[in-house]
Amino acid sequence: MDTATLSRPLRKPSSFHRAKRRIVRGLQIFALLLVLVYTLFPYYWAFVSSTKQGAALYHSALVPALDFTYYRQLIDNPIFMGSLLNSAYVAVCTTFLSLVIGVSAAYALGRIEFPQRRAVLMIVLMISIFPQVVVLSGMFELINWFGLFNRPSALILTYLLSTVPFTTWILTTFIREFPRELEEAAIIDGCSHFRILTKILLPLMGPSLASTGILAFILAWNEFLFALTFTLTDENRTVPVAIGLIAGTSRYEYPFGQIMAASVTVTLPLIAVVLVFQRRIVAGLTAGAVKG
Amino acid sequence: MASVSLHAVSKSFGTHAVIQGVELQIDDGEFVVFVGPSGCGKSTLLRIVAGLVAPSSGIVAIGGDDVTDVPASRRGVAFVFQSYALYPHMSVARNIGFALETLGMARDAVSQKVLGVARMLKVDHLMDRRPRELSGGQRQRVAIGRALVRQPEIFLFDEPLSNLDSDLRMEMRLEIARLHTELKTTMIYVTHDQSEAMTLADRIVVLNQGRVEQVGTPQQLYHAPDNRFVAGFIGSPRMNFLNVSSRQEGEVAVLTGAGNLSLALTTGDAQSGIAEIGIRPEALRLVAEGEGRIACILERVEDLGHEHFGYCRISDGTVWVIRLPQAPLPDRIGKPAGLDFAGSAVYAFAADGRRVAVGAGHVAEGPQP
Repeated sequence: MDTATLSRPLRKPSSFHRAKRRIVRGLQIFALLLVLVYTLFPYYWAFVSSTKQGAALYHSALVPALDFTYYRQLIDNPIFMGSLLNSAYVAVCTTFLSLVIGVSAAYALGRIEFPQRRAVLMIVLMISIFPQVVVLSGMFELINWFGLFNRPSALILTYLLSTVPFTTWILTTFIREFPRELEEAAIIDGCSHFRILTKILLPLMGPSLASTGILAFILAWNEFLFALTFTLTDENRTVPVAIGLIAGTSRYEYPFGQIMAASVTVTLPLIAVVLVFQRRIVAGLTAGAVKG
Repeated sequence: MASVSLHAVSKSFGTHAVIQGVELQIDDGEFVVFVGPSGCGKSTLLRIVAGLVAPSSGIVAIGGDDVTDVPASRRGVAFVFQSYALYPHMSVARNIGFALETLGMARDAVSQKVLGVARMLKVDHLMDRRPRELSGGQRQRVAIGRALVRQPEIFLFDEPLSNLDSDLRMEMRLEIARLHTELKTTMIYVTHDQSEAMTLADRIVVLNQGRVEQVGTPQQLYHAPDNRFVAGFIGSPRMNFLNVSSRQEGEVAVLTGAGNLSLALTTGDAQSGIAEIGIRPEALRLVAEGEGRIACILERVEDLGHEHFGYCRISDGTVWVIRLPQAPLPDRIGKPAGLDFAGSAVYAFAADGRRVAVGAGHVAEGPQP
């Protein structure tokens, strides 16, 4: 055997490794900044545009003019404020209902043995495969039968179609990873399924409930197509549609500033919700990764 | 307090039979240990008794009543889990009292009972802590407390000590033994650790591949194993085995095998079919080369301070363990030696593992040249 290949390579000095570590760290920070700029710039641009008036809108200056006229106009606009309320109602109800349905379904699918379990899981997944456009006309009929056309409740019903499948799937995964012995201990202690769910599982599911709930909330808050189709009059619109339909004072004015101001305003509740639940979301995303 | 009996209990998951026709009678107040290698079905059997797993067939009776279809919470059993399974979001006090709370007992009565149990297990200073703030031993005590507070008729333990380090394991073992003496409740305890089984049990049930191999007191299992599996499983270090060929001369079986073994044993009948012999490490004596009943090479010695184990290789490659009264001289290591044993210490097994009864004291003299 060749002895040269066996001899250890010369050990580099410590300063070399220190410098290397610093360079790697610098590159990581640079990459992080790049991603941040990429994701945050559109929002910043919307904010900058919303504070500019008239011709200034067409200069691509990056500094906000800090003129809040459009925001004042928005607050004074009863239709826009009404649509904010509609959005809040729809999003909160959708989130609540999809969590209730999702948790019950997930407990059954994750824990209770029944022969069609796999089939049901697959069907739940299949439901979420169809693009909105495909189900749109069928949904429209359904909404009409229920007499819900042009009502915010119609939106709750239709949003459940997209939120329930993924809440069910995420929560099923969580419940499956849940230690079996904990549940057996509760059974020995005399708990019914319902009591196991409410007293043992739910208190421990906080993080995953928060993360799936937020996803459902964002989906319901941002949805446009169903909201546009199933509502007719201004007072029943949700915010994304209301923004899309904002008109200028004359047909020659494009209400660019108002739209931007509205977009910024609409995003604020989302940011607030995410910040409030941020810690729990992170905990939820990593749940089960490390044995506790 | 109650007796437990299992009649023709079987359990299979799909096509895989985990428990096969188990018959077992456990008396009131008895401490019974299920022991066996991992995957032998001992935990499943315990869960069948608890009602957490339904048997595929057979009858489970507690206190003489058929409880096969009675749910776990109505069987009057308490279960201590290997992972403790404490509710992570509840304080120690609530963990212990949760079963009573579920029963709808008044809050005062619950806290009084919980306090009594906690005092008994010396965890009353930890009542407000969460399980994650406790050490392994404390968690174990809380888990036992949770079982205790329900005043069950039967205690079921599923490898409760296997997550603890060895010092603590010894301590908790004593604690559980004390608990049994005080409460005199029927206890069933599952472990893969045969020393736990030997020290705790009134009777041991040895399980292998879903079947009961033998049921008996620790002494019966140790001194009179029914078959090769039990003989090999009970005892530490394990029994030494050697394949032999036997020639029957009337009621005497003449056995020959590796290491110049030559041994004659009296057997009850003329067709004993001995295929293997077993001798416990403590029954062996190290003697000079050419002496004793079997020739070997002393390969290695382990000095544990209070005891010494020698590892002897026999000509067919089998390594026998021998318990030595003192460490042999270093120059004997690696050299040929002989092993001697009394004829009464020999266990003989047929090819199917069944133990063959052999007469003691009728052993032919010395190794043949």
